[in-house]
Amino acid sequence: MRGAITIVALLISGAGVLWAATDGLQVITAEGARRLTIEEKPKPLPAVLLTDQRGEAFRLQDFEGSNLLVEFIYTRCATLCTSLGETFEQVSRELPKDDLGSRVNMVSISFDPRDTESDLKDYGERFDAVSDHWRIARVESSDELEQLLETFGITVIPDQWGNFEHNAAVHFVDRKGYLNKIVDHDPPTRTLETLWKRL
Amino acid sequence: MEATMTFFRRAHLSFDRPYFKAGIGITLIAVLALPVWRGLLESSLINHMLVQIPLLALAGWLIGRGIFASLFTEWDERGIPGLLIAVFAMLFWMIPRWLDAALSEPFWEVVKFVTIPLLIGAPLGISWLRISSFSRAVVWTNAISMLVVIGWLYVEAPVRVCNNYLVNQQEEFGYTAMALAVVIALYWVSRLFFGSWEEPEKH
Repeated sequence: MRGAITIVALLISGAGVLWAATDGLQVITAEGARRLTIEEKPKPLPAVLLTDQRGEAFRLQDFEGSNLLVEFIYTRCATLCTSLGETFEQVSRELPKDDLGSRVNMVSISFDPRDTESDLKDYGERFDAVSDHWRIARVESSDELEQLLETFGITVIPDQWGNFEHNAAVHFVDRKGYLNKIVDHDPPTRTLETLWKRL
Repeated sequence: MEATMTFFRRAHLSFDRPYFKAGIGITLIAVLALPVWRGLLESSLINHMLVQIPLLALAGWLIGRGIFASLFTEWDERGIPGLLIAVFAMLFWMIPRWLDAALSEPFWEVVKFVTIPLLIGAPLGISWLRISSFSRAVVWTNAISMLVVIGWLYVEAPVRVCNNYLVNQQEEFGYTAMALAVVIALYWVSRLFFGSWEEPEKH
């Protein structure tokens, strides 16, 4: 009898722990956890100084009052970052011209210290980025970059070929400047659907 | 030759002493906790999942056998409760999210170093003596199929499940897990042909 009670108690508590550990069977990866946490508890962004492809300095806070889409890239990347760029390109194409730069702004931030202003420019040109509403930016100070990656929950690890592995997604910042939604960048329709709901 | 034999006999005798066993377990945990070993074993997914974590469990097994072997007899009926604790703890540490957390947050790293010996290794070590050979067979066959399924999932996963590891490591881990399953299966098949069929020794 005692044995049966112990077993039942263990089954219940074990299931409870696993339920809690996966946020009710919703999340099994750190990436999933990051997305859910952001939705439940939107985050303000640190006021770090960025420089765009024209050499112009700005902060993410400058876009308050507009929807801001942020993604993290490095310009030498041939795979993930290309599809990230294509997603933003698609957004530029699909949205009404009037909305771009006013109700919607986009920023691609490089985490690669090797990226120079002209690298950013080249990257932008690959995707016909119009700098008025789509800035390709880098962060001058490595401390500030660290802080920014930490806030967004981006893990970057260099591989042995001079590339990086990084978690890729489109980050939505609301009009008040809070990061409150993260979606897959692929397919681009997912980004567009999320954006339509916010316009 | 004689001297060597005596040495091994002595070593074997002292290994049978409970506190000696537990001491080895505790030393093993301490060694694994050294930054050098953590760096080395946590830098790749394979070393983390198939070397560090099993060694931590082994340490717990030794501690359990050494110190707790005669405890909880009333509660641990036929060893099933102990087995359940170990299974749930294993499931928890197989969730990529928590493996990632152990790498990026010191708190979870400490939790890992405490719970794997204490909740996986020790209960397995203790309960293994109490469960029937049928239950042992169930554990082994499950371990084989689980390694295959997990390995296959890691090879085929379209996404990176751990933010702290590269995708190619994920794939390598998958193949290694499947290879391990084959090795275990072959071991048991060879036992079928060449092993003895006595009831496992009771301690």
